[in-house]
Amino acid sequence: MELPKEKLLEMYKTMVAIRGFEESLADAVTDGTLPGFVHLGVGQEAVHVGVCSGLRSTDWISSTHRDHGMILARGADIKRMRAEIFGKATGYCKGKGGSMHLAAFDKRAPGCNGILGPSQTINNGIALALKKEGAGNIAAVIFGDGAAHRGEFHEALNLAACWKLPALAICVNNQFAISTCVDDVCAVEDIAARAAAYGIPGLVADGNDVMAVYEAVSETAKSIREGKGPALIELKTSRWRGHFEGDPQPYRTPEQILEDKKKDPIARFAGQLLEQGVATEVTLQALKKEADQELQEAIDFTDRSAYPSEEEMFTDLFYEEGRNV
Amino acid sequence: MREITFIEAIREALRHEMSLDENVFVFGEDVGGFGGCFGVTAGLYQEFGPDRVLDTPISESAIMGAAVGAALMGLKPVPEIMFIDFTTVCFDYLTNQAPKVRYMCGGQVKKLPLVVRTTSGGWIRAAGQHSQSLEGWFTQVPGLKVVMPSTPNDAKGLLLASLRDNNPVLYIEEKALYGTAGPVPEEEYLIPLGKAEVKKEGSDVTLISYALMLHKCLEAAEQLAGEGVNAEVIDLRTLSPLDHHTLAASVQKTHKAVVVQEAYEMAGVAGQVVKSIMDHSFDYLDAPVKTVAALDTIIPFSPPLEDAMLPSTGKVVQAVKEILG
Repeated sequence: MELPKEKLLEMYKTMVAIRGFEESLADAVTDGTLPGFVHLGVGQEAVHVGVCSGLRSTDWISSTHRDHGMILARGADIKRMRAEIFGKATGYCKGKGGSMHLAAFDKRAPGCNGILGPSQTINNGIALALKKEGAGNIAAVIFGDGAAHRGEFHEALNLAACWKLPALAICVNNQFAISTCVDDVCAVEDIAARAAAYGIPGLVADGNDVMAVYEAVSETAKSIREGKGPALIELKTSRWRGHFEGDPQPYRTPEQILEDKKKDPIARFAGQLLEQGVATEVTLQALKKEADQELQEAIDFTDRSAYPSEEEMFTDLFYEEGRNV
Repeated sequence: MREITFIEAIREALRHEMSLDENVFVFGEDVGGFGGCFGVTAGLYQEFGPDRVLDTPISESAIMGAAVGAALMGLKPVPEIMFIDFTTVCFDYLTNQAPKVRYMCGGQVKKLPLVVRTTSGGWIRAAGQHSQSLEGWFTQVPGLKVVMPSTPNDAKGLLLASLRDNNPVLYIEEKALYGTAGPVPEEEYLIPLGKAEVKKEGSDVTLISYALMLHKCLEAAEQLAGEGVNAEVIDLRTLSPLDHHTLAASVQKTHKAVVVQEAYEMAGVAGQVVKSIMDHSFDYLDAPVKTVAALDTIIPFSPPLEDAMLPSTGKVVQAVKEILG
């Protein structure tokens, strides 16, 4: 593995941290303490960590509604993440965005979008600004197989290609758009094949293999940085839980889910690390313990945090000179 | 003072701001070398080059998405949507995206300088999909300002103010006003958003309108003057936020009001103005407040039908006579 040991161990820890974070949210849904609904990315940790590891911290990355993991992988503050999901004033968005609209601009993560499609076109505007800036940074956007069927997918890729933008489109194909299987609504085997229609590179990678994701993203990002224009990567993976937490999933069998779980990206990465002597069982357990501790601190922080005051209802609605610079 | 047309006034504001601020850029369908379908951006491509004046594919979502992304990054995009009727295919960006991004991220982004230029109105014999006045829809969107000038002077001053506002602004240009000329100062001046103007002082009745209908109201006031009725005429200029103060001051003086809009009658700006009058001036009224608007049907192509369907000076005079008794 070409990455330094510390980086690999950090990637492993982040994957474990994301799973713990997501599972703690599932528990909160079960016990009724989490307001609204959440879309959990359990099983997709390799996507989030692989993508973020393949990008630079100076790149931008935005995404869709199933991406607590992506923002955590970006290095966002787990406390403010959790507080936001519980609608607390200490959250990243002061409790005004919630799970579906998390954003961490300090990590150049302008966030999730509750509407499927716009993040792809908005990414072009970010990429245009980065192109003008000329510092070699790129704008990446994650979206699902479902959002690949919006007109905006086509509009965005075509414009990005025409303007030769430093934009990377990453389709996370987890096989289901809510209940609808990709096989039933996609006319091609690989969504990445559509790249040909825009004259840009399109490649498929195993979304359950964090190193494969890392390599696909870092290699593609390199070519985009060189000014070769946008690209499309499709990461094939699966989600282990429902579309939203509590989804009874009548559209697939428990056996299918068990099959997906056999491809566990965390177990797979752990195997690779052990096999190649990068880590021992003891090291991996210690990393999990650290992640669990940080999660507990985030839970305590959220519980201690207050809800926003009523005045917050009208702040941030408009920019007013001198008031909110 | 020199006189220029409405179109020239808009172009002058764009050119002025583009010269001052290299972050301002114009893009949309046919806005480049062709100069825009109505000629508003004529010459800008030649003057500022392809990085500042960009042609796009017929992809309104991609146009608006790029605008939102660029604004997030501190650029000052001025996208053009050729007809307000076409905002239907990028409605999400004008309702769910641009107006919400600052609020939903809890103010992590401060300024969102984004001025969307579009055109509206009838009398060009283009039937139901190129003739509508849809401004009322957008006044229902928190976080979006809606501006609609009636004269070349206001077109320049309001556009400059919009470009400096650092909030998403929908700037609507009435097509039938494009060729009208009027005095416009050569130097820079800003007309504050959210401020209506008393165009003609009067004591017997207040006529409230904007854009082309403002001129119908002025004509009506002139006709009424010949019959001994001294009408006050107010130009809203900004439809959101509404200037309740100017409305109240006038209606409390005249005790009667007629509100005129070119849009369909149902649920539009006129209805909201009536509500403002009810809220602030009910006790001062000597007669019911009347509205004059387009009839609630689809704008027909056939010229006599279109003329009968849209509001006219005669209908305004008639409404005033009805409440004068």
